[in-house]
Amino acid sequence: MEVLDQPAELLRNFACGNINAFETLFRDYQGEVFRWTVRIVRDRGIAEDLTIETFWRIHKAHARFDPKRGFGSWARRIATNAALDYLKTYRPTIDLPEDLPVQANPDSAVQRDIRDRTRTAFARLPAKLRVVAVLALVEEEPYKEIADALRISVGATKLRVFRALRLLRKDLKKQGIEP
Amino acid sequence: MTDNQEVKMRELLKQSLKPVNGGLGRDLWPQMFSRLQPHPVTMPWFDWALLAALVLCLCLMPSAIPVILYHL
Repeated sequence: MEVLDQPAELLRNFACGNINAFETLFRDYQGEVFRWTVRIVRDRGIAEDLTIETFWRIHKAHARFDPKRGFGSWARRIATNAALDYLKTYRPTIDLPEDLPVQANPDSAVQRDIRDRTRTAFARLPAKLRVVAVLALVEEEPYKEIADALRISVGATKLRVFRALRLLRKDLKKQGIEP
Repeated sequence: MTDNQEVKMRELLKQSLKPVNGGLGRDLWPQMFSRLQPHPVTMPWFDWALLAALVLCLCLMPSAIPVILYHL
């Protein structure tokens, strides 16, 4: 998450429950939290709701915030947890992307079918694997960043990516697709 | 899984998942602010109906007051 240099006084005030300090932090970080969340949930409307939910959790946990540590990484962890909680409850909708280029060649129907099946297989992955897979493979976030957001080690992150790929491949193979 | 297979899977995933571009289009503070406001506790209509029935019973049968007080 982009490092914004926050004055120590502001962070201390936030930790003490000052609503004006919270508003300042909200306005500074809402965009970053949204961008991180939308990469995970792949839906702008849901990401907006989860941004609010993230800051609600941040507000409730203000007393636990250590002003000596950065606000950004703390907010990102909470945002990741909020997104993970959402993914555990709701399976992503399997709708077609609106802005994918329409292909006129005869293979387009086959390609579309493969993409649909891949999306379905991806939606079937456990939530904690889906988060890691989308961040590492699609968004190409560094493993270190993902590990920090999930509070796991880099090794555990790589393992989750590997497991996600293996499960995905197995699922696609069952459907007759050999990637 | 070989590196080549991993690259192929990565490409397939990128093509399959809906792309998400752009940042936050609006300020979410008004929504956040309304969530921070304390919401008054509202009593469900059924509770009001029960209370009204109890008051009515006590008005019609005042002798029941000591019995109710005993059981409280």
